[in-house]
Amino acid sequence: MDPHALLLARLQFAFTISFHIIFPAFSIGLSAYVATLLVLWKRTGHDHFHRLARFWTKIFAVSFAMGVVSGIPLSYEFGTNWARFSLVAGNVIGPLIGYEVMTAFFLEATFLGVMLFGWQRVPAWLHVTAAILVALGTAISGFWILSANSWMHTPDGYELHAGIAYPVSWFRVIFNPSFPYRFAHMMTAAYLTTSVVVLAAGARYLLRREFETEGRVMMRMGVGMLALLGPLQLLLGDQHGLNTLQHQPAKIAAIEAHWDDDGPADLVLFALPDEAAARNRAEIAIPHLGSLILTHSWEGRFAGIKDFPRDQRPPVTSIFFAFRLMVAIGMALIAIGLAGAVLWWRGKLCTTGWYLHIVARAWWLGFVAILAGWLTTESGRQPYVAYGILRTDQAISPVSAATVAVSLALFVLIYGVLFSIGIYYIHRLIWNGPKGAAVKPVTFPEGLPNRPLATADAPTRESRGQTPHPPGLATAPPAPSTDPTKDRQP
Amino acid sequence: MNPTGLTGAEYWLPIIMAGVIGLAVAMYVVLDGFDLGVGILFPCFPEEPQRDQTMNSVAPFWDGNETWLVLGGTGLLVGFPFAYAVIMPAFYVPLIAMLLALVFRGVAFEFRWVAKPDHHQWDVAFAAGSTVAAFCQGLMLGGLLEGIHVTGDHFGGGVFDWLSPFSLMCGVGLVVGYAFLGACWLVMKTSGGVEQIARRLARPLCITFLAFIVLVSVWTPLAFERIAARWFTLPNMLYFSPVPILTVLLAVHCWRGLQGKHPTTAFYSAVGLFVVAYIGLVLSTVPYLVPPTITVWQAAAAPKSQIFILAGMSVMIPIILGYTVFVYHTFRGKVRPGEGYH
Repeated sequence: MDPHALLLARLQFAFTISFHIIFPAFSIGLSAYVATLLVLWKRTGHDHFHRLARFWTKIFAVSFAMGVVSGIPLSYEFGTNWARFSLVAGNVIGPLIGYEVMTAFFLEATFLGVMLFGWQRVPAWLHVTAAILVALGTAISGFWILSANSWMHTPDGYELHAGIAYPVSWFRVIFNPSFPYRFAHMMTAAYLTTSVVVLAAGARYLLRREFETEGRVMMRMGVGMLALLGPLQLLLGDQHGLNTLQHQPAKIAAIEAHWDDDGPADLVLFALPDEAAARNRAEIAIPHLGSLILTHSWEGRFAGIKDFPRDQRPPVTSIFFAFRLMVAIGMALIAIGLAGAVLWWRGKLCTTGWYLHIVARAWWLGFVAILAGWLTTESGRQPYVAYGILRTDQAISPVSAATVAVSLALFVLIYGVLFSIGIYYIHRLIWNGPKGAAVKPVTFPEGLPNRPLATADAPTRESRGQTPHPPGLATAPPAPSTDPTKDRQP
Repeated sequence: MNPTGLTGAEYWLPIIMAGVIGLAVAMYVVLDGFDLGVGILFPCFPEEPQRDQTMNSVAPFWDGNETWLVLGGTGLLVGFPFAYAVIMPAFYVPLIAMLLALVFRGVAFEFRWVAKPDHHQWDVAFAAGSTVAAFCQGLMLGGLLEGIHVTGDHFGGGVFDWLSPFSLMCGVGLVVGYAFLGACWLVMKTSGGVEQIARRLARPLCITFLAFIVLVSVWTPLAFERIAARWFTLPNMLYFSPVPILTVLLAVHCWRGLQGKHPTTAFYSAVGLFVVAYIGLVLSTVPYLVPPTITVWQAAAAPKSQIFILAGMSVMIPIILGYTVFVYHTFRGKVRPGEGYH
């Protein structure tokens, strides 16, 4: 085994999956948001819901495409770079990924066609259903992939023969000990992340005094989600932490930079962990608080890093800082949500300048928190790739460092260029705003039409944001809503 | 006839599993084949409205089509982890190149519309990505037919083992084949200038593709003794004779469809040609997953894993096929110039 190839293969997986996770996290939230908007539009008939749904669908399409194309390489990287892992764990986690493809990927990919191109081709109810199925598909996808990932952290329901894992109980494989916590934590993170983006976009429009009806709806929906999910996420994170302490104590010790189990644990607020000397430098800590958080008792004890042999310790510094970054952002999101809720209650949500200025710049918070959280949990699993079953340095394919280096360089170059452009396009779409008038719901008394409905008055790709749209479809320009019921939080 | 000495589930499960993966790969080749083909032919349509129409004809479908590739890849991991762990490192270079090419063409579908009017680079990305992806798939097909060097339980060959005149020929052949399928799709799904150009392209592409089929059929038995033994001994010759006969019939049928006003016939015959060629290659290879060493039985996952995934497949694949048909039905008919699906 070539140590350079190992390092490069790890870098490659970390790079490709970090790039990938940004888009599905956003797509999971955004598909649910678009489906919600379409249901609201169907139920209330208010044009601005439809305008918003079409607007966010365009952004969803770009984000989803980037998620799909950055995800396909991952399902092959298991083989190209991690062949030994595929062989050892394939019997157990292979089927989980297979189920993800069958129950989620096809569902979302197929109905995406209807969702993107069916605005005037299928009846409204069918279009709304397609949007719901796409949202459902993204959530089911999260279920399976997080189950597979959780199994790598807390393997269960298997037995080893000659170093190869064989399934014993599928229920225990799928619902392995950390799965319920990880699933709840990650899905909430995805919905939170999208809510912040929606909130930030709404604030920008209000500051620019454009698309104000839509801006207010986005602000209220965003704040409502943050105020509910932010505190919920704190609770879920706490429970996830307790679960990790039970099953992966070394990870918790690294997160807390807790070296010695010599009494009730401090909560280390800041430190420069020195892994060689096995201690913290420049430490600022609060006594007993670490025990209180992790054992929910004042005098509680938990294992320190030194309780684990050196060759079974995860890296401490990166985990310690990544975790603190995630928690800090989580707290910021809770503050934004609660402050927004108070302003809303006082009727000043959409007119408070300082608040709008802050949230308009906050769009990136969720993405960074997700990346920091994944860095924490995946680094915390080291030196294992499947905890207690297979060490990362045993999992690699028989490939040379040069091969991996070249492919890594290509991934970095191509992803860097393509996805920067994609993010720039998303930014531009958001900047341009929910232009264009709502299209009247199409009804087909005799079922589906034989051919595309659109003829003289339907421009190419009108709904995908190409202006100008034709006069034939335009109704009155969006007037500022004065009806308070219109913008209510769902 | 059972060369393995295995009985019951251990004998049948890998066969069923291989059948399902074979189906997934066939679905992929046919479905993504025509939309990759449309990408390969993209530069043949000089005007922007023609390119819009060309892309619109596959835009609602490409994502679902490509998912069959993911099912094929994960199916191999699920059903045959040993084969997966050998094949993926063996084809490291063409595989990564294919995946990156698919990234380019995949994002082009969305970026091209968002970027307008500055979308020229996405036209290039779509065409080049489609062509490179198809070529790499051909390289891997050729490399797999030639065999993979296995040492113990892992790939034992070099990084460029797959590179040979034969695999290069397969790469070019598959590009031509997909382009032919794409041309027939465009004849069926478009109208106006695009249809006319596609019609002019389809017949030379058909002849070239047939020439490649003949070339592979001659080359493989000459180069690989096991394939010659498979095809040119009795009674196999009789059993397998429908393959060349069907190829000729489908080619004639397709030709007539292109000549007359039956574009649907032409497209389905082209699909049929692909399926028959695929069956021919499968017949050359079974029971090996990794010729000439690893059979489906040697590579099989634990029976419990195969049963679990097959149970899901028996429910989910019919459902997937059902809603795939529904979406194709929803977007049936021709795309006309200047008209999107909106």
